[in-house]
Amino acid sequence: MASTTPIDTPPAPPVPRPSPRSTGRMGDKIFLGLSRGSGILLLVIMASIAVFLSYRSAIAISENEGNFLTTFDWNPAGDPPVFGIAVLLFGTVVSSIIAMVIAVPIAVGIALFISHYAPRKLAAPIAYVVDLLAAVPSIVYGIWGALVLVPYLEGLNLWLDDFFGWTYLFDKTEIGIPRSLFTVGILLAIMILPIVTSVSREVFLQVPKMNEEAALALGATRWEVIRLSVLPFGRSGIISASMLGLGRALGETMAVATVLSPSFLISLHVLNPGGGTFAQNIAAKFGEADAFGRDALIASGLVLFVLTLLVNGAARLIIARRKEYSGANA
Amino acid sequence: MKLQRKNRLRATALGALAVSGALVLTACGSDDNTGGGTAGTGEKTTAASNVDCGKAKGQLRASGSSAQKNAMDLWVKNYMAACSGVEINYNSSSSGEGIVAFNQGTVGFAGSDSALKPEEVADSKKMCKTGQGINLPMVGGPVAIGFHLEGVDALTLDAPTLAKIFDSKIKKWNDPAIAKLNDGVKLPDKAIQAFHRSEDSGTTQNLGKYLGAAAPSDWKYEAEKKWPAPGGQAASGSSGVAAQVKQVDGAIGYFELSYAKSQSIPTVDINTGGATPVKATSENASKAIAAAKIKGTGKDLALDLDYTTKAEGAYPLVLVTYEVVCDTGNKPETLDTVKSFLSYTASDDGQKILTDAGYAPIPAEINAKVRETIGSLS
Repeated sequence: MASTTPIDTPPAPPVPRPSPRSTGRMGDKIFLGLSRGSGILLLVIMASIAVFLSYRSAIAISENEGNFLTTFDWNPAGDPPVFGIAVLLFGTVVSSIIAMVIAVPIAVGIALFISHYAPRKLAAPIAYVVDLLAAVPSIVYGIWGALVLVPYLEGLNLWLDDFFGWTYLFDKTEIGIPRSLFTVGILLAIMILPIVTSVSREVFLQVPKMNEEAALALGATRWEVIRLSVLPFGRSGIISASMLGLGRALGETMAVATVLSPSFLISLHVLNPGGGTFAQNIAAKFGEADAFGRDALIASGLVLFVLTLLVNGAARLIIARRKEYSGANA
Repeated sequence: MKLQRKNRLRATALGALAVSGALVLTACGSDDNTGGGTAGTGEKTTAASNVDCGKAKGQLRASGSSAQKNAMDLWVKNYMAACSGVEINYNSSSSGEGIVAFNQGTVGFAGSDSALKPEEVADSKKMCKTGQGINLPMVGGPVAIGFHLEGVDALTLDAPTLAKIFDSKIKKWNDPAIAKLNDGVKLPDKAIQAFHRSEDSGTTQNLGKYLGAAAPSDWKYEAEKKWPAPGGQAASGSSGVAAQVKQVDGAIGYFELSYAKSQSIPTVDINTGGATPVKATSENASKAIAAAKIKGTGKDLALDLDYTTKAEGAYPLVLVTYEVVCDTGNKPETLDTVKSFLSYTASDDGQKILTDAGYAPIPAEINAKVRETIGSLS
């Protein structure tokens, strides 16, 4: 399947890189200086942020009496100060995974509908509305989640508990309204839907027409066309779209802080209220934290930073590897 | 289905508060306030009396506890109406933030719902060059235990029962321990949903101190700003906890009395071991604060509250917020304004406002020392 590629664009002839040397005119020199200066400035800013974060984190971690990686507690103001990211890492990853499991299939479905099924008149408005979802500020999602989603999910939770309690995952062992990691996952799924959808859609639209027509000529149905030509072509695009969505889900703050009932326990019963995420914990604790408490929160932020960096790096790696036949390399 | 819809409507009406609690978090951005456009002279001013503007002038920035926000709002409004040319700006972020700002020297005074810790006092010495930070008890108030139980309007609990409820040891409303304290009340067979604050809070710390003092065998956690017990559910801010209690049948939570009043949430009467259970009211809180001893040394007036008081009509679960200033070495440009403003808040007029706002005035004996100390600030 993947061998049907070299139809579309031959690799563009490399554009000759203009010599960095200026022609000697004044304007040229000024422009060169300005652009070089902004480039350097950016690097300096990034480096100083990194140094600042690491320095403050080092202060916090060096005085931490608990294990930064395994302690199930967050009490930098205590005597002795004890804090650890285990619960936060767990909550962040679990809620993001729930979000991905829900959002990616739906997003791919929407993208396929827009690119291959919907009549042209319908496709544009739907695409527009999906993009619009991305423009909603996250606190609005949080408000909506707390006011509408949480009361609504009470029934679904009972149902899941009744019929799928045996899966352990959906066994609700604690009472309480569903301000749980599961609810957060659903909310995050809605929030990352637009980005996953629009990137996937762009990729699907770039499937070479000739691939599809070839499949049709062989007698393939619409579904078979998608299965044989569109999905293989778009696979790396879907993956990178998912990674972009994952990046957003990992760092989401206000929506999670509004919906979740945080606690410092790890439980795979995702319907139980409790748990926490990095960003939510920082938002919740920053106000009352003293100077040392803030250093501790910065340390947890650094871990989130690294986590997000890894996810983005993985996404880029995948895109780069499949660059030659993916449209998502923009 | 119908029930669900009703719940949803209720949630919509009240959840706004839960959300506003979260919004408060975002509003905690630190204002980097330097100095302000003051033209004050560094001289000593008048003694305390009503609104005596003294040599107050220019702009005074302050920051700190949101527990005393409503009182501060009223005070600032009255004071600024009386003293033209003075602008006071109290940023009710949080105690922690207020103390950080105070020790960085960006505010004239800080509000805090617990006395300065030793290391915070040590930090303050850099700012108060010749002196150190001291605590002036200014606002008292009851911490109400609100509950929501269909068919039950009045409930009496004692410290051990409260401790067990918040520690998830008592899980049902019809538990014999609760029934014993509530003769004649028909308690439903419903799960208790205990709510606590998700962020660090002085209110949590005060509840912890109370439970630790009045029910030491049932509450073994240390009184910290962070919620210590593993169970229960969390919500952000007093407003968030109140909104959840209002919304969820079977819920119990703790917050300042004003939140219970404004949302008409019924509050628990506390059985202190005295003759009759005590209601959470401003007067009853003042009676309990009167039993406090001053534990601060020198000019520091930090209080040691007596949580185990059995005095008639004294509501033991109280919170006192302090204003934090330097005993000597206050910034000269704001000193006069700080003295004048705090003299007003500690005056009879200033303290009288508290009762109407759901707080409790500081008892006269302690208040007299506060006024004396304010007069001697330099």
